[in-house]
Amino acid sequence: MPVDLTLAHRSDTLLFLAVVVYSLAMLGFAAEFSFSRRAGVARALSRGELRRSRSPVRVGGGSADTELPQAPRTPPAGADVDTTGDHLGRLAVVLTGVAFALHAGSVVTRGLAAHRWPWGNMYEYSSMVALVATGAFLLLLTRERVRYLGAFVLLFVVLFLGLAGTVLYVPAGPLIPALQSYWIAIHVAAAITASGTFAVGAIITLLYLLRESYDRATAAGRRTRISSVGRLLPPAASLDRVAYRVHAFAFPLWTFAVVAGAIWAESAWGRYWGWDPKETWSFITWVIYAGYLHARATAGWRGRKAAMIALVGFTALTVDYYIVNIFLVGLHSYAGV
Amino acid sequence: MTDTTHAGQAGIEYPPEAVPPPPPRRPGVSGTLRNSWRQLTSMRTALLLLFLLALAAVPGSLLPQRGLNAGKVQEFYAAHPTLAPLVDRLSGFNVFGAPWFAAIYLALFLSLAGCVLPRMWRQASGLRARPPAAPRHLRRLPSSATWAAVGDPVTVVDRYRSSLRGWRIDVRSEPDGSVALAGEKGFAKEAGNLLFHLSLLLLLVGVALGGLFGYKGNVLIKEGDAFSNTVAYYDTISPGRQFSPRQLAPFTVVLNDFRATYQPDGEPQTFGATVSYTPQPGVKQRAYDVRVNHPLQVDGAKLYLIGHGYALHFQVRGPDGKLAYDAAQPFLPRDASFASDGVVKVPDIPPGKDGKQRQLGFSGFFTPTTILGPKGLESGYPAARNPAVTLLAWQGDLGLDNGRPQSVYGLQTRGLHRVVDAAGKPATKTLRPGETLTLPGGAGAITFVGFSEFATFQITSDPGRQLALIAAILLIAGLLVSMRVRRRRIWLRVRLGNPSDGGRTVVEAGGLARNDPESFAEEFAGICARLGALPTAPDDGHQAAHDPATKEN
Ligand code: HEM
Repeated sequence: MPVDLTLAHRSDTLLFLAVVVYSLAMLGFAAEFSFSRRAGVARALSRGELRRSRSPVRVGGGSADTELPQAPRTPPAGADVDTTGDHLGRLAVVLTGVAFALHAGSVVTRGLAAHRWPWGNMYEYSSMVALVATGAFLLLLTRERVRYLGAFVLLFVVLFLGLAGTVLYVPAGPLIPALQSYWIAIHVAAAITASGTFAVGAIITLLYLLRESYDRATAAGRRTRISSVGRLLPPAASLDRVAYRVHAFAFPLWTFAVVAGAIWAESAWGRYWGWDPKETWSFITWVIYAGYLHARATAGWRGRKAAMIALVGFTALTVDYYIVNIFLVGLHSYAGV
Repeated sequence: MTDTTHAGQAGIEYPPEAVPPPPPRRPGVSGTLRNSWRQLTSMRTALLLLFLLALAAVPGSLLPQRGLNAGKVQEFYAAHPTLAPLVDRLSGFNVFGAPWFAAIYLALFLSLAGCVLPRMWRQASGLRARPPAAPRHLRRLPSSATWAAVGDPVTVVDRYRSSLRGWRIDVRSEPDGSVALAGEKGFAKEAGNLLFHLSLLLLLVGVALGGLFGYKGNVLIKEGDAFSNTVAYYDTISPGRQFSPRQLAPFTVVLNDFRATYQPDGEPQTFGATVSYTPQPGVKQRAYDVRVNHPLQVDGAKLYLIGHGYALHFQVRGPDGKLAYDAAQPFLPRDASFASDGVVKVPDIPPGKDGKQRQLGFSGFFTPTTILGPKGLESGYPAARNPAVTLLAWQGDLGLDNGRPQSVYGLQTRGLHRVVDAAGKPATKTLRPGETLTLPGGAGAITFVGFSEFATFQITSDPGRQLALIAAILLIAGLLVSMRVRRRRIWLRVRLGNPSDGGRTVVEAGGLARNDPESFAEEFAGICARLGALPTAPDDGHQAAHDPATKEN
């Protein structure tokens, strides 16, 4: 079936609109984050947290999480909450929802235009990863107080989509034979979901590291350049915990994506594993994230070092996506630009 | 096993970190061995080896690998003549088969076995163990509550016991007359973690089986031609270490038809090969459609369609005018538009008038959709819309009899010279189907009769495949269980109330999360409510996560 050009064009327009609204939402989150007077509250809270951080566990030993200060609480009644900031933040959430819907519309129309799953090349794949990242953030919002993440996640989303819409853009078209299989729905969808979630995990981990070094600097009586951001962030323990939850969700998905890829490779190329560059880097990524999960259970590696490992894992994922697809020739090369 | 030795998120005992290593009292050989083993199976070592493994895989993606693309390795040799042999010596072109790579993963798996087997043992004995007795002060636990109940302690506890489904329950009577119930949940977490790690071992076994007993080979089959699954028929074959040719399943395949379709811009759209195959001699022939993602399976072997191209049919006549060659020769594609190269070798030419035999050779360049580009003829589209082959004629000794192996896709021009006319111009011509190039000096003629297609297949057999698949499924299952299950402990102490309690039965409850503690306060409140009690006001400082900030579903 030929490509439906009207729909394909509509998909492009929707994506453009989504990027515009994402940018507005990002500004909203950034304004809430920086202009609000929550700084004082945050500090008071982290003091409160530290008081609570004496390990309350008597039996069964301390778990990695309970040894650390707990998550941020709602500000005590009567605390000095900045309502302008709060309103801005709520508005930004609504805008994010709108942009997410536009973005999802862009993906769906693209798929309908080309009569196939909308993840057959790097442009489409990037768009999906950004969609998942936003989705993961919105989902997290319903479960945790993570509005502070908004500006950072959307910054990533806007940059990522910008790169996708310019450098990686290709017009809608059919798939080459090697990709014509129902496995593309399973394997690639899993890889996309895992990647988008890992991206959010990496952002939270970065914020954790920021906050953690701010805490150390403060404890040592130093002021640092990152203070202005660091003091606005929630307590390090809370960031660490949320980062772990996000990674713990993404890791089994990535594992599944790799296994599904192996099954597909077996039926497409006659071997389930052949150390093709894409396979190699997926493996490296997997092993590093396994290292992250291990590090969190290894004395002397929790916290800062484990966080660094998670970031190394995300670096490997980025190499797997950009460097391998564009520069390293292999069987997966057609997944290219 | 006492609870105080637990550490880490899942409350698992990790050998060296959690339990301080014993002082080095016994420096003997067995002591050293024991220490090395302890080191090897420590979490820290596992972490280090995981990193090493990731790091070691990197060169495998940056350097050309023999198993993947031998041609690229040769290019590397040509580009870096001094560096290449050194890289080769370090197995740089075969990273995933390198001894140092094997050393890393074998050490990792040894560490894995050493770490997991004792934990399995503990888990198995833990299954029979009673949940730990209630601590003296339940109110000091992270979550606690107190309420009043109706009935004597034994009845109350019995009632509670039956409503705590899914918990491992242990009831003890305490010296002061109260009855204590201990409940534990989430054993599956450790079981899932163990299943995950054991599946990794199983996966390694599956991979090893394939590497030892499997094989992989390539064949090219022209339309109308047959293939028998014997070593001689393969163009290339790479057997596993323990492979014997007797393992080859005795099937034959005939390629009836190959079809390819393309998009208007020349991108491929569909490939398909219709084959007839006989699984064993004496069995009826069957038909099958081999496509990308749709291999033919016969007797443990799988036949995959991996490529295709054009086979050109030529007829060559010698100086005597007699037919000396009449066959189809595959031309190998050099680009996505299927511009293809190939040769025709005609050894059976009768001697000329001078009594000397001059064998004929032709090098050809086939263009399925012939167009004139800036650098001469090229192909504009992969389908045969305007097919033509440009031939260059050679004469002399093809070198087929000197015992040295040579490719059927290239001419060895050492013993050959170009056929030229009286003016010294080489004999070359672009032929359409049906056209003939007549060689100068009565040396012969070649006719481009027509063309068909060929398909290349990869045939593999991997006896470890199923095992690897099972291992992968178990691995994911174990991972999901291990990452999702929550480990919880609760205790209830039920006693007859003092007069100050109004004489009613008093229930004290306490609970503890051994992982994911942030959601526990709510769960605990839910459990208390289910037991029919309204928890008393949150215990300041302990009954912490009761606000939406740490809500979790
Ligand atoms: C092939 C190498 C290994 C890989 C890929 C691997 C991977 C993983 C992964 C992904 C997890 C987190 C999921 C879960 O908790 O089930 C984990 C947890 C764990 N692994 Fe491994 N592992 C390996 C080797 C080892 C070794 C050698 C040890 C022993 C020293 C070990 C001990 C543990 C323990 C104790 C946990 C639980 C950590 C926790 O409580 O969160 N693993 N491993």
